[in-house]
Amino acid sequence: MSELKTLYKEGLWGNNPALVQLLGLCPLLAVTSTITNALGLGLATLLVLVGSNITVSIVRNWVPKDIRIPVFVMIIAGFVTIVQLLMNAYTFGLYQSLGIFIPLIVTNCAIIGRAEAFASKNPVHLSAFDGLMMGLGFMLVLVVLGAMRELVGQGTLFDGADLLLGPWAAILRIEVFSFDSQFLLAILPPGAFLGLGLLIAAKNVIDAQIKSKQVAPPEAEKGPRARVTSLT
Amino acid sequence: MIISSMVKNGAILCGFALLTTGLVATINTLTADKIAEQEQLQLTNQLQEVLPHSKYSNELSQDCVIISDPLLGPYDNQVIYRARKDNEPVALVIRHVTPSGYSGDINLLSAVYRDGTVAGVRVTKHEETPGLGDKVEVKKSDWITTFNAKTVQSESDDRWAVKKDGGQFDQFTGATITPRAVVGSVKNAVLYAQDNFDALFTAANACPEVTP
Repeated sequence: MSELKTLYKEGLWGNNPALVQLLGLCPLLAVTSTITNALGLGLATLLVLVGSNITVSIVRNWVPKDIRIPVFVMIIAGFVTIVQLLMNAYTFGLYQSLGIFIPLIVTNCAIIGRAEAFASKNPVHLSAFDGLMMGLGFMLVLVVLGAMRELVGQGTLFDGADLLLGPWAAILRIEVFSFDSQFLLAILPPGAFLGLGLLIAAKNVIDAQIKSKQVAPPEAEKGPRARVTSLT
Repeated sequence: MIISSMVKNGAILCGFALLTTGLVATINTLTADKIAEQEQLQLTNQLQEVLPHSKYSNELSQDCVIISDPLLGPYDNQVIYRARKDNEPVALVIRHVTPSGYSGDINLLSAVYRDGTVAGVRVTKHEETPGLGDKVEVKKSDWITTFNAKTVQSESDDRWAVKKDGGQFDQFTGATITPRAVVGSVKNAVLYAQDNFDALFTAANACPEVTP
């Protein structure tokens, strides 16, 4: 149980693939111009990550060490192609707006990184959970960054959600405020770098605060205990 | 020793390759119909946007010719769809490309009626700057609809230019190159349609062999 908790904390926060490991930055920076694109790519990456982690974990005892990397790459490439075909068939509009970044999931180091660092050494259920958490962590950062850029850049949220979720989702679109002309810096790649920088900074600030709070309590306890020993 | 491990590793790799390829092939077979259907649907939607369905009665996406002409852009084999109503030629829907945009090619789809007027124009693919040049998309701005019902008098028709160049089409604030490229390309496509209208309709149908 504690293993699952560690995995959950590591994936979503402590060892977040996007904020801490800084892996998969190419898709992260390129497609996060709207929440819809971010969510679409996040889900695709999540699916590939869970699928490849499970498969790698299942075959880990049959794959000789020398050829494990080509085998992992083949498994990942297979999953990416499958996800790509499925997206092409069922979310055609989104498939077109994500374009080249779906096949590029193959090159997302977060995926081969988890296969090599975790799934090849751990049982199936843990690997699956690790893939799920790492994928969720990656997706959350994508979505937050997408929301920031979409809001600042074009003043909307969930623009084009119907491409991903079907026609009903068109009502999700929120126009927070409208510009005469869009704020280009947020939409273009530099905005992604700045946004990611801000997110990492925010994470570090929060971590520092948690740490300073954690250090304090033991010191507070020390006082009374010292008194107790001196009394006896 | 090393030979046997090479053979063993090779066999394992080969096994995985067969397995993954088999899986991908299976999924590909399962989704092929759906993908073809989606592409067909997208083509129908695009055609519908430039030419209202009420104007013609044939299966537009299945009736086309393949043309290579510098007026339609620097690439060979552009598709032209032929709209007929009761077997009478009505309009041409032309795919054309301009390389003169700000960033990469701009792919366009333009419908031209028999009398030489424009029925509609849409940009199908572009890489123009978001927020500036992307106003050529109908999603972002209705600028592209200003082509509707316009016609080109001749090669030297100077109304077919952006206002900055003395023409009738608005440019965008901060982006003149993109609309200039689109206007020029549409003008050429319309000219091509006017000059070749009847010839195109008598040509053999090339569509069933072409995937959209």
